[in-house]
Amino acid sequence: MERKAQAESAAVDRDEVLRRAEIDASCRLPVMAFFASSVVWLVVGSLLALVASWKLHSPGFLADFSWLTFGRVRPAHLTVVAYGWASMAGIGALLWLEARLCRAALPLQGLLLGACALWNVAVAGGTIEILAGRGTSVEWLEIPPFWAGLLAVVFLLVTVASMMMFAARRVSHIYVSQWYLFGAVLWFPFLYVMANWLIHMNVVRGVTQAATNWWFAHNVLGLWLTPIGLAAVYYLLPKILGVPIYSYHLSLLGFWTLALFYNWAGTHHLIGGPLPAWLVTVGVVGSVMMLIPVATVAINHHMTTKGHFARLKESPTLRFTVFGAMSYTAVSVQGSLTALRSVNEVVHFTHYTVAHAHLGVYAFYSMAVWAAMYYAIPRLTGREWPSARLIAVHFWCAAVGMALYWIGLTWAGVEQGLQMNDADVAFLDVVRYTVPYLWSRSLAGVLMTAGHLVFAWHLLRVLLPGERLVRGPALFGRRRAAEVAS
Amino acid sequence: MSRAPLLYVGILLTVIASSLGLLTLPERQLAGLEPVMDEEGVARPVEPGGAVAEGRELYRSLGCLYCHSQQVRPEGFGADLERGWGERRTVARDHIHDRPPLLGTMRTGPDLANIGARQPSDSWHYLHLYEPTVTSPGSIMPPYRFLFEERRQVLGRPADALELPAQADGTVRVIVPRPEAKALVAYLGSLDHGYAVPEVP
Repeated sequence: MERKAQAESAAVDRDEVLRRAEIDASCRLPVMAFFASSVVWLVVGSLLALVASWKLHSPGFLADFSWLTFGRVRPAHLTVVAYGWASMAGIGALLWLEARLCRAALPLQGLLLGACALWNVAVAGGTIEILAGRGTSVEWLEIPPFWAGLLAVVFLLVTVASMMMFAARRVSHIYVSQWYLFGAVLWFPFLYVMANWLIHMNVVRGVTQAATNWWFAHNVLGLWLTPIGLAAVYYLLPKILGVPIYSYHLSLLGFWTLALFYNWAGTHHLIGGPLPAWLVTVGVVGSVMMLIPVATVAINHHMTTKGHFARLKESPTLRFTVFGAMSYTAVSVQGSLTALRSVNEVVHFTHYTVAHAHLGVYAFYSMAVWAAMYYAIPRLTGREWPSARLIAVHFWCAAVGMALYWIGLTWAGVEQGLQMNDADVAFLDVVRYTVPYLWSRSLAGVLMTAGHLVFAWHLLRVLLPGERLVRGPALFGRRRAAEVAS
Repeated sequence: MSRAPLLYVGILLTVIASSLGLLTLPERQLAGLEPVMDEEGVARPVEPGGAVAEGRELYRSLGCLYCHSQQVRPEGFGADLERGWGERRTVARDHIHDRPPLLGTMRTGPDLANIGARQPSDSWHYLHLYEPTVTSPGSIMPPYRFLFEERRQVLGRPADALELPAQADGTVRVIVPRPEAKALVAYLGSLDHGYAVPEVP
């Protein structure tokens, strides 16, 4: 009797493994196309970042090319990393996660491949326009309306594919990662279409355009990138550790409070500005209320990982995941504090904000998406990462680079703000004070870029035919030998 | 959770609510703002036109906004007024013609909301744009030499040519602003929100 049950459960397991392999195979081409494109944009975006960073301390650098002037390279960098790297990596990750969680094959594979190609065209077109001087100077919405329209249309395909998978799902329970992913695929098109339409078609006027700008720009982090990052963490932690998420109720509370409060936080970017006082106050309140979802998610992730932190030594995916999850807590708490008027009075308009933005998009989001890529790509391609050492180099370049970046610019920003608020300090003396820290940022950028190049090279080795097939997962330390032997 | 409709509706409701609250409400609240007449009977703010409008587009195109704000914070909040960046705080009315308003979020360079009043000299602006450190030692603003023609001969130079400080070997260089530079300086010269508004007593 017992033997029969065992045989049955083995058969179920085998079916389960086969089904998972089928789902992964259905994702292979579109998801890998999004992943590979995103990594190309990551490298391009890093080079643009280095040019922009270098210009800030050495303004004579490449100064005679109008299309490489700081005010164009900087928005080009943002556009490339936000819409090329972060969004394409995010779309790849969310399509794969949804297929896995719905236990449904990825639909519309050919169309999604086409969407990937068009998305690349739109990001390239938008970036070239910005460098040519036709950017809009509306932060996070610099892509001119034509290319932005193309992005929006293409994105609808991602939304449709997500809803088709959801309709075809074979599990009745909807896992927490899926809540976030559905948030992302519904929120992003709403935000992007509304913001482009209201601002670029002048549907709203005057400073309401500024309110729209920051409603969008803050939400594109909070309601597009953050849900993808959190969905990845919620999926990967239990997968790697082999334990369930600590508390379903905390997951529920964390998701719905994020949906409620993040939406209202954006106007804290306009504290002190010429807007109705109530509008800015709402932004401050929304930002401070964000402490609830953040604390909830932090406790949930920490209690899930507790007792398993030793696994950080061996699992590359876990190391990136945990770094990302901890940074989420850090950047969010920092964000809530920065929205307080007394803090904002000092740090608004300074390099502090730039450091804060990178803590969010880089230390949290990019790390979480790298974790998803390190986990998914071997399963999608059937080819292991060839070198645990290269993964470690990528991790440490990114982690140390990010730390250096954040510490330098945060320190510089606070001091810059204090000095600017003291009218006895000449403005040019404030500028002079920041220059050494701008150099430290360039150094950090070189480290981060080196990490990205290593990552891109590693991915190329996975993708290139003829590379020796590696057996067993790439783990840190001496685990691989043992793993292969067993 | 296993109720999909609840998920969809909840997700959409949260974002619709915030767009109504943060976008529709202020649009309605501010829709009635009109220009005010200054002592000379000029409607302020002045709607940009001609070279000023062209200059504003150039300001956008060159991304000046990424280092310069155009908003003066109120008294007791920062030191904008003490620094002389304006005689009063900026109000929503100042931006009724702006599509989009160029409020900015960085002060790598100083605020420009009233730069036209603070620095009325065109030739200062030309020299500063050509080589910022000539007028502002220690500045990290990029030089915009591509907005100028550089000439060596001093004779027969156009009326709007400017002489650069003499170099160590005594050579004299002059620069002639291109139309783009003139438009940009016309725009910067127009930035003046010193007129009285009812919002600020």
